[in-house]
Amino acid sequence: MNKPASGPASLDSIALSGAKAKGKRPWFLADPDVERVLSITMAVAGELAVLRQRLDTIESLLEERGSISRADIEAFAPSPAQQEARGRWNQEYLARILRILQQEQEALERPDEPTSEEAGERIGEK
Amino acid sequence: MNDNRYEGPPDYRAVGAHGVFPETTHDQVERYNFLAHLNRHLAASVLPGVARAYEARVAPAFAAEHGREPRDRREVRKALASEPIHQAWSALRRNTMEMRQQAGLSVVLPQLAALMEKAERLTPPDSLQLDEGVRMPDYLTAVDHHCMPGSYHAERVAGDLSAAANYDSGMFVTTGGLLGRFTDGGGRGMVDYLGRHHPGFRPRRILDLGCGLGHNVLPIAEAFPEAQVTAVDVAAPMLRYGAARAASLGIGNVTFVQADCADLDAFGDTSFDWIQSTMFLHETSAKALPRIMAECRRLIAPGGLVIHIEQPQYDAEMPPFEQAMRDWDAFNNNEPFWTKLHEIDLDRVMLDAGFEPEELLHGGVAAVVDTSLFPDAAADEVEDYGRKPAWHITGARAAV
Ligand SMILES: C[S@@+](CC[C@H](N)C(=O)[O-])C[C@H]1O[C@@H](n2cnc3c(N)ncnc32)[C@H](O)[C@@H]1O
Repeated sequence: MNKPASGPASLDSIALSGAKAKGKRPWFLADPDVERVLSITMAVAGELAVLRQRLDTIESLLEERGSISRADIEAFAPSPAQQEARGRWNQEYLARILRILQQEQEALERPDEPTSEEAGERIGEK
Repeated sequence: MNDNRYEGPPDYRAVGAHGVFPETTHDQVERYNFLAHLNRHLAASVLPGVARAYEARVAPAFAAEHGREPRDRREVRKALASEPIHQAWSALRRNTMEMRQQAGLSVVLPQLAALMEKAERLTPPDSLQLDEGVRMPDYLTAVDHHCMPGSYHAERVAGDLSAAANYDSGMFVTTGGLLGRFTDGGGRGMVDYLGRHHPGFRPRRILDLGCGLGHNVLPIAEAFPEAQVTAVDVAAPMLRYGAARAASLGIGNVTFVQADCADLDAFGDTSFDWIQSTMFLHETSAKALPRIMAECRRLIAPGGLVIHIEQPQYDAEMPPFEQAMRDWDAFNNNEPFWTKLHEIDLDRVMLDAGFEPEELLHGGVAAVVDTSLFPDAAADEVEDYGRKPAWHITGARAAV
């Protein structure tokens, strides 16, 4: 019997995983070039978080056992305290890399602040 | 977040696994964790800035230009489009959705053959009724719902279930655990509601419309083990996965049936004591909705209950800003019917379908989840417009 040409094994997982959803994509920023870079940056930020958690896993396991295998990393089950610490790390990490958005929000609350130049001019006056 | 209580999403490893749940490597788990945190960060720390920018800049600029406040959410949405904080939040949120899809599909597709085998082994023969003759409604093929490449129905290979596996595997990213270990907080909430408001109700025949992969119908089937549950969806991949998942979780009284809920000819009049749907109506259309309600009227037995739950309707009490924010997914995350559904008079649709005014039901359902592992939905104070796990009921109790 002929097997269907396209079984699951023949799928190009890499291309299909990144496929575009049907429907024109909305763009939000004034400059699409900037939005493209933002998209890439956030994906890279995600990969950095993954790598950091892997390091944390390795460190935790080494601390506990002295030597480990790749299988130990895959089987790692963080304790509730470790889960919370890793969750907090993600929170702090995101707050750090998205800091500029926090500062823009704070600036909204304080619209009357002078620039340093303005302050300089004022305090330079006798 | 100024006290020391940890308020973030739980670790992905707490999510409930089952026999067809996609396996994940350490790094895939951490990618999901990162995305859940990103999603939460946007809701908890960036979104409040949009509200502030609206008050401080957008609304005053609108008033200066027009000499009045925005009349409705459309005007608010247009005005927000040029606000930089709204732009940044939107660009990040859209990316989070897209990254979540990439993360999920890259977990699922390489193990698809194994998942299909597991599903075949697990699925009892009479629990799954597929029908190749069922046509996909146009509204499901116009755009891919919530940016899932291939939507619910893609058949990437014959017998595909990857759409459902991806949906199930990555759901955690957007819910952050608020819907529970098995993403079934809505169904559990429904059971809870029934216990409170209709304590004597013992349905024997239950119909779930637009069941998806059955997240919310399983707790209902579990709560009424003596009932026969029919779970209907139009998308075969959801049903294939759903039937295997139900079996693996030890639920034996659900039959997954492929059909269009606007056309349920296969079932005779008054076939069901309880007809329900969870988060289904907003993914239909203005043409399908009255037909679905008419089928509910025809299929409900005397004394039976019809209950649909959805996010609250837009009404005069809801400020246009909140409405505009709730509309975000309609315009930016491929939820094309969301905005229309939330402005129509659903009671009117029920009445037009033949229900009597005194039969109509109203009320609310909140997610019920295991609060030892997961945050309590009702107590969660972060407003992520349109995604809070609390819903409004559109329904009826059919006269005896
Ligand atoms: C948001 S999902 C369902 C969620 C599900 N009820 C739950 O609680 O997990 C919407 C589902 O409705 C299905 N659907 C949309 N229109 C339909 C129709 N006319 N008949 C049957 N299923 C439909 C889609 O295929 C999709 O699986």
